[in-house]
Amino acid sequence: MTRSNDVLLEPARLELENVSVSYNGRLALQEVSFQVLHGARVAVVGPNGAGKSTLFKALVGLLPIRQGRILIHGRPLGSHLDCVAYVPQREDIDWRFPVTVQDVVMMGRFGKVGWFSPATARDRQVVEHSLAQMGISDLARRPIGDLSGGQQQRVFLARALAQEPHILLMDEPFTGVDVATQETTLELLDQLRDRQVTIMISTHDLRLATERFDQVILLNRRMIAYGKPAEVLSASTLSEAFGGRVLVLPQGDVAIDDCCQQDHL
Amino acid sequence: MLDWLLAPLAYSFMQRGLLAALIVGVLCAVIGCYVVLRGMAFLGDALAHAILPGVAIAYLLGGNLLVGALAAAVVVALGIGFFSRQGTLKEDTAIGILFASALALGVTLISTIKTYAVDLTHILFGNILGVSSGDLWMTGLLGIGVLGVVVWLYKPFLVISFDPVLAATLRLPSELLRNLMLVLIALTVVVALQTVGVGLVAAMLVTPAAAAYLLSRRLPTMMAISAAIGAVSGFVGLYISFYANVASGAAIVLVNAAIFLLIFLFAPRRGLVWQLARDRKR
Repeated sequence: MTRSNDVLLEPARLELENVSVSYNGRLALQEVSFQVLHGARVAVVGPNGAGKSTLFKALVGLLPIRQGRILIHGRPLGSHLDCVAYVPQREDIDWRFPVTVQDVVMMGRFGKVGWFSPATARDRQVVEHSLAQMGISDLARRPIGDLSGGQQQRVFLARALAQEPHILLMDEPFTGVDVATQETTLELLDQLRDRQVTIMISTHDLRLATERFDQVILLNRRMIAYGKPAEVLSASTLSEAFGGRVLVLPQGDVAIDDCCQQDHL
Repeated sequence: MLDWLLAPLAYSFMQRGLLAALIVGVLCAVIGCYVVLRGMAFLGDALAHAILPGVAIAYLLGGNLLVGALAAAVVVALGIGFFSRQGTLKEDTAIGILFASALALGVTLISTIKTYAVDLTHILFGNILGVSSGDLWMTGLLGIGVLGVVVWLYKPFLVISFDPVLAATLRLPSELLRNLMLVLIALTVVVALQTVGVGLVAAMLVTPAAAAYLLSRRLPTMMAISAAIGAVSGFVGLYISFYANVASGAAIVLVNAAIFLLIFLFAPRRGLVWQLARDRKR
């Protein structure tokens, strides 16, 4: 345990080398390579079915990698027990499960507490602090099924905080939540930047990706572009990613019709 | 009143039966919480039917029927895990295939047995009053073993049931744990068979847990309430069976069902009556 802790003190670094991932027997991501430096804030954009969720699931080891390799801190996936936190899409969670808000956030500590030991005072303190930071301390004893969509999202953000991760992955955190939760989420990202946590989110919101993120990865089964938002999101790369659903307007504006979702740039 | 309670205990078969009913009631109720939460009700039923070939083979070889049942249940449980691993087949599809095949194999084997024995009908319909002290020991040890593992692996089982993605990020061996859970359910089913028989095992797994679900907001509470319902049903059901002279397994399951119905109607917040009253207020 001490040895891996030493490694974890290094800055978070994420590298993908030529990674292909299949999902349900179909190749969902093909030969993706990129590097994310520690503390960077990366938005992953692309049309529905572009493999955004697949990419994240491969990064946490939920989907097997067919080819290539993923390195975290320069070591292969799986060598580190607990430095990646993942905030799942809301529809991936069974909201009828009998757990309270506090129970869910405490799960974020399981990797550090160990599977067979009770939580320590410090674990409880981290949980309390995470709840407070997301503004849901008063909901601690409520069952998660009773909460609103925005509150539910905050619960999983609080859990990710309690994990004290080096890399935070969020799958569509801005879809279907209220404006207040969206702001809280963005504020949290700012705080995490101060702690040098690397953040990757997937989103449909191209404007948000441009305004609030350092880097953008444009994905459609393979990597189309990666870099600063202004460089990546050009008319040509977008038409490559979104195909016929892109409309380039005379002033250089771009409109995308992605399943009833209109994004303007 | 006291006489009424004590009279049955004069019979040693009733003492053993009560003890077995309590152990089985609690065991099924606790493991049943995972069955309900993970949507595996069909699995309990399937496992109960799938043990038939094991029992038949044990009978043909002159071995212990319980051991045969255990072996068959574990093989089928692992088979289900194997066919549905990494989503090759949906779990209920895998269960459907294995359940019917194993049942067919069991029927085939049993049809070769010319004298259809009493022992086999006990497996089919349960006979809690025929529980020998050897059976009781086996029931007790298996019960303690299964409950021990459930308590020991509480956190891993909670995480793989609630959030498989977190399980993956924390590097839990999810497939192994899932198979282990299937084996625990299989062991429970076999233990429960001698009480209520093949046809009613699923009810023992699902009914107390479903009732407890309506009353609790945390898994440990749900398990405790479910265990209490299971124990009370076993106890009351056996007394009803003694005095009304009806089949014991069926009586236990009916008491379970009655408790479920009461809770379904009157549970605070989630009960039907409660919800109707709240809707009227609006």
